[in-house]
Amino acid sequence: MGRFHPHANSQPHANSQPHANSQPHQNGQPHDHPHKDGHARPPGSVGDHSGYRTGAERVEVLERILGENERVARANRAAFDAAGVTVVNLMSAPGAGKTTLLAETLRRLAPHRRIGVIEGDIETSLDADRLDGFGASIALVNTGNGFGGECHLDAPMIASALPRLPLAELDLIIIENVGNLVCPAEFAVGEDRRAMVFAVTEGEEKPLKYPVMFRSADLVLVNKTDLLPHLDFDTEAFRRNLDAVNPGVDVLAVSARTGEGVNAWCDWLADPLGAPGAAPARR
Amino acid sequence: MFKESGGTSGSPAGRQGARLDVRGGRAVHELSICRSVADIVARHAAGRPVTRVHLRVGALRQVVPDTLVYCWELAHADAAGAEVLAGSVLVVESVPAGVRCRRCGVHSELAVPILRCAACGTTDVVLVSGEEFLVTSFEVATDAVEA
Repeated sequence: MGRFHPHANSQPHANSQPHANSQPHQNGQPHDHPHKDGHARPPGSVGDHSGYRTGAERVEVLERILGENERVARANRAAFDAAGVTVVNLMSAPGAGKTTLLAETLRRLAPHRRIGVIEGDIETSLDADRLDGFGASIALVNTGNGFGGECHLDAPMIASALPRLPLAELDLIIIENVGNLVCPAEFAVGEDRRAMVFAVTEGEEKPLKYPVMFRSADLVLVNKTDLLPHLDFDTEAFRRNLDAVNPGVDVLAVSARTGEGVNAWCDWLADPLGAPGAAPARR
Repeated sequence: MFKESGGTSGSPAGRQGARLDVRGGRAVHELSICRSVADIVARHAAGRPVTRVHLRVGALRQVVPDTLVYCWELAHADAAGAEVLAGSVLVVESVPAGVRCRRCGVHSELAVPILRCAACGTTDVVLVSGEEFLVTSFEVATDAVEA
């Protein structure tokens, strides 16, 4: 979808004359320059602002707000590609079961593949501790320690964790993002693919409430399916809501507790399509 | 066509109800987004005092304009090199999400984040707006302007 690619209109204005008017909107027009057609303006609206005596000067910028994060994400991606490692950004709401799923994933995959985990957590090392002992390399990023208590991992945080992983020796890095359905979706970290864990206990309407997160995922893992007999969860309605915001996205039903679907998830992680260079340039 | 939110702080007025629902998280990323904006503007301002900062934010961004406005002062208050932003106002231009239908060619503006053609109902659509996330411009105070 190219969410973080430069927008078509991200070039500076061809007309770089400073605006002398401090009024953002003159004479009730919604906007002086709608930017839809290469910044064309109505004849006569350009240039002569000398009649305004406002003591202000407008400076055109047109810079992507998250441009610096995107720059670091590209650098991370280059480091991953150079090391030949595939990177998956795993996101979910708090309590959806990321860590349990990750433990089951490492139990199955770690004997065969060299795996690194970057573990994002606001304050504790509890999740990282649960992943110890599977033979994976784990780097903890406490977002509450020195990063201002952020609710997501961003590209500079991932960059800070890289020296603590034996990058060249790894096949796969799984980034366990901070549990949050809003913030992590906005921050590319240099990943090849994004997967999100959704628990059936969260309710089938969630894709419509958190469209950015659900739209950004390449794979949605529907977790805790072992609880379905006890819930009124409407699987078809969930799929409809998901398709409304991310048409045709891959979905996998899993239960980290019973192991249902976990092998299929491991296959997705090992999918050669996800290998560096073969992945679609989405971000 | 565009909605704007403005102001330095205070009671966020006119929040869009549908977007208020998304604030389930315990922390907000609007603060770190504001820090990015402050960095960009302070760099371009090159020491000149900034009065207003204009952003363009698409409706499909998980960003609440009023929260951005609310966070703005916090974001630059303690930032090194951001003294030029003191007292400045953040103005957010919200861009509605729009799709063009691949079947019937109609352009529709979306009221909800469901990618569907308003004319024929198909989901075979191309997103043409709604993901904007830009610092568009800012205004600096000047000593004197000839009339």
